[in-house]
Parts: sequence; structure tokens; C-alpha cells
Amino acid sequence: MMFETSMTFVIALYIFMLAAFTGYEVISRVPSILHTPLMSGSNFVHGIVVVGALYSLFNAVTITEEAIGFCGVLLGAGNAAGGYVVTARMLAMFKASDKNKKA
Amino acid sequence: MYPQILTAGSGLLASLLFIFGLKRMSSPVTARSGIVVAGVGMLIVVITSFFYLLSLPEAAVARLPVNLALALVALAIGISLAWWSGKTVAMTAMPQMVALYNGMGGGAAAAIAAVDMLSGRSTAALPLVMTVAGALIGSVSLAGSVIAWAKLDGRINSTWRWPGQRFFNGAVFIATVALGLAFIVLAGGTHSSPLAGVFFAGALSFGVLMTLPIGGADMPVVISLYNAFTGLAVGLEGYAMQNPALMIAGMVVGSAGMLLTLLMAKAMNRSIANVLFSNFGAIAAGGAADIKGQLRPVEAADAAVTMRYASSVIIACGYGLAVAQAQQKLYEFVKLLQAAGVDVKFAMHPVAGRMPGHMNVLLAEAGVPYDIIFDMADINDSFAETDVALVIGANDVVNPAARSDKSSPIYGMPILNVDKARQVYVIKRGQGRGYAGVENLLFYEENCNMVYGDAQAVLVKMIQAIKDLGE
Repeated sequence: MMFETSMTFVIALYIFMLAAFTGYEVISRVPSILHTPLMSGSNFVHGIVVVGALYSLFNAVTITEEAIGFCGVLLGAGNAAGGYVVTARMLAMFKASDKNKKA
Repeated sequence: MYPQILTAGSGLLASLLFIFGLKRMSSPVTARSGIVVAGVGMLIVVITSFFYLLSLPEAAVARLPVNLALALVALAIGISLAWWSGKTVAMTAMPQMVALYNGMGGGAAAAIAAVDMLSGRSTAALPLVMTVAGALIGSVSLAGSVIAWAKLDGRINSTWRWPGQRFFNGAVFIATVALGLAFIVLAGGTHSSPLAGVFFAGALSFGVLMTLPIGGADMPVVISLYNAFTGLAVGLEGYAMQNPALMIAGMVVGSAGMLLTLLMAKAMNRSIANVLFSNFGAIAAGGAADIKGQLRPVEAADAAVTMRYASSVIIACGYGLAVAQAQQKLYEFVKLLQAAGVDVKFAMHPVAGRMPGHMNVLLAEAGVPYDIIFDMADINDSFAETDVALVIGANDVVNPAARSDKSSPIYGMPILNVDKARQVYVIKRGQGRGYAGVENLLFYEENCNMVYGDAQAVLVKMIQAIKDLGE
């Protein structure tokens, strides 16, 4: 059995288009009180770049590639971890008033 | 074969969890679980990426122990430093922290591109174009975000503007793009490495040059723009690496971030181009309209008693409240008013604080429930039926000149209509102007009184005045 994981440019364009539309839809209905946590939350999501950086580092065969790959993983991990912590901290503060909690 | 299925499957699952998480983050009721859902997605995809080690190409297998050790050390340092800084940063400093984390993401995307470009392994034109484009955008995002962080953190105070700056920046940009194109055309040649080096230097300098002349008030829009840039760079590198999860996550953030940037710019009545290239603030100093009337100061206690016997009060607060660290005191005052039967609401301008929604976070930190905080669009018509509007630490966003004075630099910006309330109190430290450097016509209106003093000290006096009444 062959397991094909590569993709053509056309399929890539479809993915980009649908993802862009998804991002637009998810954000367009957000009340402005959540804009800061959401900017921070989306900042966390592009922290997935750490996965790409890990691949780069695993594929590295020279000292230069390893050094740059190391920096990439370091920065990407910082993006993901930092983005998560500040977003969670901000969101933990949003509370409804008592009367609405009971309702 | 199995590692491939595993990484592909985990990428798909992570994409799903990211989108689901972001969706949940778009309502205050479900937001807290949203970030956890997205976090689980991230954890899964990072852990499974280690299974890639089982299907490494020959050349890399020899370096496996070194690379694995480097990866674990980098993860450990990156995660613990970011975790610690994220836990300890003050809520008021949140915008620059987001800028910094965002810049790191841009830097990581640029690093991926750099490894790819220096290795010379890929020579096909299309992935190479994507790699170079991602490298350019990621580098600009990294350098620009660091400058944005330094500006918001007060480490750079001057706005570095000089004649012909725009042309110089444009030339740097064009030169960088030309270097990128040259790299693609000459890919695999002997001059690739130095060419890539100069290209990255150009891209990083352009990020610095582009951000330096932008004023602090516009920085949130710029941070949001760089957030979208990083997303885009990650998406492009995702294609070059044939990794759909990176493509989806990157592009979702790219488009969401772009929309958020447009919403912010719209709330400030500016276009993105205007924010990036106008040198706002430099021209605003002159041209104030003739001002009729005079300022009428009152005592804090008098204002407090008036509010205590009013039936409705709307509070419009801006970043000045947070600078004075008076959110706690304000909420204490609000609770006293509520106990006396006053209907108290908060009105929030879309760009209050250093970033849209930043003031909401700062009020939430003080314990103010989010359901008494209203967006400008929902509350602006209520001012006319309101007894008292209390303005704290806000200036430009309540300036009626934005509605009436065509010569004003803020003309056309949507504002909170506090001047329509029967009585307006403005708590203000001194007689200075707002961030945009414009004289505020509100302060000279018949129904407006000024309460001078530090916001925290004034609120302490107000709280005391109400408590004295109760006894």
C-alpha cells in the first residue's frame, strides 16, 4: 500500500482559500471586548511554526543549519508557550455578574 | 509509512482543534475552554512531530543524536522562558508581550526558510518562491514586532522621521525583493549563501525602518498587522514543507489577523496605509479651532454625591485609568453606586486601551463583570437618557470635535457621545491634550465639569464621600 502525502499546487491553493475563509468567519462575529484575547489566541495558533522548525532541525546536516534550526525551535516554542499563557491568563478574568450566573 | 500517517493524522486533528478553539474563543462564555482546546491541539502536533525521526533521510540520520538533543534543549529553554515571562507580565504590558511572542513566531518562520535556502536541497521554482516570500514576511514581522515591543515598553521614545524616509524605505524594500528574486533564479549556484545572507539583512532592516516612524498610538494596529504577517509566513513555509497543518493554521491566522487589523483601523477612522505611512501626530499640533467657554472644575465629593443620587451613570474609561492603576478603586466606587440603586454601565470605545479590548481585560482583572460593559455601538444612543456620564482617563475618544470640526485631525473618528448625557464629569490629571494632541471641545461644554487629580486619588475621595453619606 502506498501512502501519498504530497500535494499539488492547486490543492494547496484550495487549502489556503478555505483556511482564509475560515479565519475570516471565525473573527467576523467576535464582540470587540474579546479582541485582545483573540489576537493573543491567534498569535498562539501560529505557534505551530515550532513543528516546522523541528522538521528543519531534524533534517539539518551542517553546523550552520543546526544553529539556525535551533534558533527556530527556540523562537517557535516561545511563541506557542507564551501565546498560550497570556491568552489563558486574560480569558480567566472574564466573569459574568452574579445575577446572570444564576439565570 | 506509519510515522507518515501519524504525523498527517495529528496535523489534521490539530487543525480541527485550532479552528474549534478559536470559534469558542469568540464568545466570553466559552472563551476559557477555547484556548484549552487549541492548546491540546498544539500539544498533540508537537509530540507527534518527533515520530518524524523514524523516517529521516540518510544524511540526517548520522546527526540524529545531536539534532534531537538540540531540539529538546531549544524546546525546554523556549517554553520555560516564555511561560515564566507570560505568567509574570502585568496586564497593562500585555500588548507589547503579544508583540514579542508574535515576533518570535515570525523569526521561527524565517529560520525555517533560512535552513531551506542555505541547504540548497529544494530547487523547484514554486516551493522556492513560497519559501522566499515567507522568509521576507517572517523577517519583517520579527524585526517590526521587536521595534513595536520596544516602543510600547518605553525603550524607544523618539519617532525617527526624516525627509525622504518613505523613498529610502521603498528602495530598501525593492532591493530586498530583487535579492529574493535573484536567489530564486540562481538557486543552487555558488553564490547562493551570501545572496541569502544579504537578502535576510535587507528584510530585517526593512522591518525596522518601516516600524520606526510609526507613533505609539498606532502601534496596536501595527502589532495586529504583524500578527497576520506571521500567520501568512507560517502558511507559506507550510506549503514549502508540504505540511497542511502549518498551511491551515497559518492561513487562518493570516486572514483573521488581517480582518482584525482592518476592524481596528476602521475604529480609528484610518486606513492601513494611513497608519503605516502618514506620520500621524507630527501634523496634529496646530490648527485647533477657536474655543468658546471655559473649564469648570468641581470637587470630587460633589461629583460623587451627584452620581449617588442619579438614576443612571455611564462610565467611559480609557488607558489613563490603567496608567493610574485605579481600576480596583473604580469598581469599588461602582459597587457603592449599585448598592444605592444606581444603574451603572461601562461604555467601551473600540480602541480604548493600547489595543482593542485591552481595557476590557484590565477591567476584568479588577473584577468588573463583562455584562455591564457595553460596546460603543450598543450604548451610544443611551447617553441622551442618562443622568451622568463619567469620563476617566479617556480624551480623544470622547472629543465632539470628531463630529463637528472638519479641520480637526480626528474628524470623522467614531466617538462615545458622552456630551449628550445630562451631566458630564471628567476626571483628569491636568490640562494636557490627548494622545492625538488635539484640544478637547467636550471640556468646554455647558454640561461638563472637570475633576482634576490623579484618578486613583479622586476615586478614593469619591468613595469616601459616598460612605460619609451612608452614616
